[in-house]
Amino acid sequence: MKPELTAVPQLAPGVRLNEKTQQPRMLLMPERALRLNGPSLEIVQLCDGKHTVQQIAEKLHALYAKAEPQRITDDLLGYLTLLHEQRAIDY
Amino acid sequence: MYCSNPLELAKRESELPTKTWVRVFEEAAGVGVLQADFTGGEPLARADVVELVRAARHAGLYVSLITSGLPLDEAKLAALAEAGLDHFQLSFQGSSEGVAREISNSNTYAHKLKVLQWLKKHRLGVTMNFVIHRQNIAELESMLELVEEYQPGCVEFASVQYYGWGLANRALLLPTRKQLDHCVTTLREAEERLKGKTRVVFVVPDYYAKYPKPCVGGWGRKLMVITPDGKALPCHAAAVIPGMQFENVKEKSIREIWENSASFQRFRGNAWMQEPCRSCERREQDFGGCRCQAFLLAGDAAATDPVCTLSPVRKKVDAILSEIPSASGTLIKEKRLWKYRPNPS
Repeated sequence: MKPELTAVPQLAPGVRLNEKTQQPRMLLMPERALRLNGPSLEIVQLCDGKHTVQQIAEKLHALYAKAEPQRITDDLLGYLTLLHEQRAIDY
Repeated sequence: MYCSNPLELAKRESELPTKTWVRVFEEAAGVGVLQADFTGGEPLARADVVELVRAARHAGLYVSLITSGLPLDEAKLAALAEAGLDHFQLSFQGSSEGVAREISNSNTYAHKLKVLQWLKKHRLGVTMNFVIHRQNIAELESMLELVEEYQPGCVEFASVQYYGWGLANRALLLPTRKQLDHCVTTLREAEERLKGKTRVVFVVPDYYAKYPKPCVGGWGRKLMVITPDGKALPCHAAAVIPGMQFENVKEKSIREIWENSASFQRFRGNAWMQEPCRSCERREQDFGGCRCQAFLLAGDAAATDPVCTLSPVRKKVDAILSEIPSASGTLIKEKRLWKYRPNPS
């Protein structure tokens, strides 16, 4: 299920990023870990319970100014849907 | 009585001291290990469990406790959370007091419900784990009710694995084909219903599977088990395989054991494989299944796991399945047949 643009994602209980000093950056969760790079790391760092999906999209549009904004938003919604189904984020 | 642990647990006085564990966590994180699962026996029985959690987290590991939830009060749980515990896997034997007591031989169910409340309050990751077998598989619906009430991040319905005590009691524990089919249908529906709330994981009884499980993610590929007295095992049941010699973390570093020990190299890669595994296109998917099960059922730890339908000795597994009574056995009548592990002193 795709999130609303007004939804505010945050990491689910038991889910966290490894430390900044650890490489590669990973999203750690029960029995699993997800390798993060580029946009996926930026997205996960913004799932902090403060930013709406819309605000995250705007930050990504600014970061990737050369890419088509609608395409970025669609990719973001797809990635958040996956993270939610994997129980990595809550709204 | 279904525990896949070795039939004899280590004596308490032979357990590693805190400082050795602290070194082990640091070494493990240093070679790229991501997660430490504290299991047992019962990890909460260690007097220094809070200190160990803190050390593992400090080393950079994601820390899980795999536990029965006993002994534990809320103050202890708060201390564990403060020390950096990430995830708590709580085991259940059933959804009703009666069966839970029967199966675990102790009275813990009401306490576990309290533990679930504390976990929510302290925002820890929670997996509810139900071990499934013929005596409780009929209660699946009420287990799911409990899951829907608490909505943990994950629920695991794990079929009993037939090692250790599970193997000793196999005749009473294997579900029937009909029970299993019903279970699969029920869990598929639950998975849909709980999407986005609780992740549903089902570990099938592999005697009914077509292909074997990729046991421990492949021997010497992902997992190192360290026993309370410091032995490093490629799999928790590896000691059943004759001739295995295990290194001890008291004497060698994690890196040295992982890279060079004979035990970790023995079934690493696929050079050890026999036919039909050697030329099988699935050999990098399931790695030939479980080495311990191959030894226990085929008498050869390098054989294809006999649960595989391509195994020349699959008929042994089929014979075991054909002996299961078609109606589910009633617990009371069969009670005296259980083999229990004596409580560790």
